[in-house]
Amino acid sequence: MVTAMTADVPAARQIAEAVADPELPMLTLADLGILRDVTSENGHIVVTITPTYSGCPALREIARDLQFRLSQAGFAGAAVRTQIAPAWTSDWITAEGRRKLHAAGIAPPGAAPARTPARGPVPLNLTTAPRDRVACPRCGSLDTVQTAAFGATACKALLRCRTCHEPFEYVKEF
Amino acid sequence: MTDDEFTAYRALADETGDHRWAFGTGFTDPLEGIGTSVPDGVSAAALAAYCLMLGDDALIYSHRLQQWMTRLPELEEETAIANIALDLLGQARMLLARGGRAEGAGRGEDQLAFFRPEHEFRNVRLAEHADADFAQLAGRLLIFSTWRLALFTRLQDSADPVLAAIAAKGAKELAYHRDYAAQWVVRLGDGTELSRTRMQAALVTLWPLVDELFRTDAVAGDLPGVAADPAGLRAEFDSVLAAVLAAATLDRPGTAPMAQVAGKSGRDGVHTEAFGYVLAELQSVARADPDATW
Repeated sequence: MVTAMTADVPAARQIAEAVADPELPMLTLADLGILRDVTSENGHIVVTITPTYSGCPALREIARDLQFRLSQAGFAGAAVRTQIAPAWTSDWITAEGRRKLHAAGIAPPGAAPARTPARGPVPLNLTTAPRDRVACPRCGSLDTVQTAAFGATACKALLRCRTCHEPFEYVKEF
Repeated sequence: MTDDEFTAYRALADETGDHRWAFGTGFTDPLEGIGTSVPDGVSAAALAAYCLMLGDDALIYSHRLQQWMTRLPELEEETAIANIALDLLGQARMLLARGGRAEGAGRGEDQLAFFRPEHEFRNVRLAEHADADFAQLAGRLLIFSTWRLALFTRLQDSADPVLAAIAAKGAKELAYHRDYAAQWVVRLGDGTELSRTRMQAALVTLWPLVDELFRTDAVAGDLPGVAADPAGLRAEFDSVLAAVLAAATLDRPGTAPMAQVAGKSGRDGVHTEAFGYVLAELQSVARADPDATW
């Protein structure tokens, strides 16, 4: 039993890192890159997460999962905080996370468009093709076409492979 | 019970009593854990008013987009518009929460969204317009997201760090919204004779609501370094619209701006007739049972 006064931050971090994302359950919070910090304040664990998108409806579930897993491991009364700056980018999805997405039939994102400190107008994209060719996660073909810019969640688009004819999801560069 | 079953069960169980999916959604405060003090030298009242203006734009427009759900021509557009509406609702929540904190009167995001009367809403009139067809949806989304992206790009450098953070996050979302809308405007404009006619007609209908977006307002004027001057966004807006309209073979409408009422419009709480209906729908459940939680 871990008492309040001896909060073991590395142990708590390990637990927080392993919590699954509710919308991409093959990924952990660490894989997705939304776990920003795990600290201890007055003997209680404080976990800081960042939303992927402003309206992310999964944040509450994530916070509750974190509190549940931590309390199961003896970290009672853990607090979960939200941090919105710096804004999440798909570049924070780890190599392991990308491997897991691919294994689940979801194409991982390419490099996100450069942002800070550039503050000029954001370039307009009038073509419906993704910025880079996206490889089909099933057969590897680069002959793929976007069928919808937004998928079941804000972070994904829908594509179709013209070689194996399978539709697949793709995590957008963000 | 395995861990996974337990997680699924927990999502349905109501052991904390904070499940209010209909309004407020039971989330924790969207700004929880974020420093929300007002920077030195910044007028808290003006900052509150500014956040409400930008939050109301997103809240009302998000609701208008939600009204399209189940009515869009294809499933792909359903998911796109639902996601765009959700992004804007997220922006609205953070801005209303920020506005409420800066105001310091104890009003939270729910109070501001569901219990303010019509004349206290500060959204631009473009946000409350009811789209008559898909061409109007595409054209209005292009106008709104082009304008808001130009604004949020500038607000990333706001002297208010919370506003800057909300803008930096929102700008990334708005870039996708704008591309989606622009691609549809091109597809319809450079499409069949019928689709081009309807897309052009949609722009003519919407154009009177454009000028208001760039009108200098007193609130932004009271927030040097924090707010962006609306007039300063016009050049970027015009150049993006010109590029889209050229690719779409459409003409820039020459429709005159919609009249103000005694010099007042959306930013002053003076709205079009359409606003009362959309606000009534948005607020009806919360007002019918203000203490409801489920």
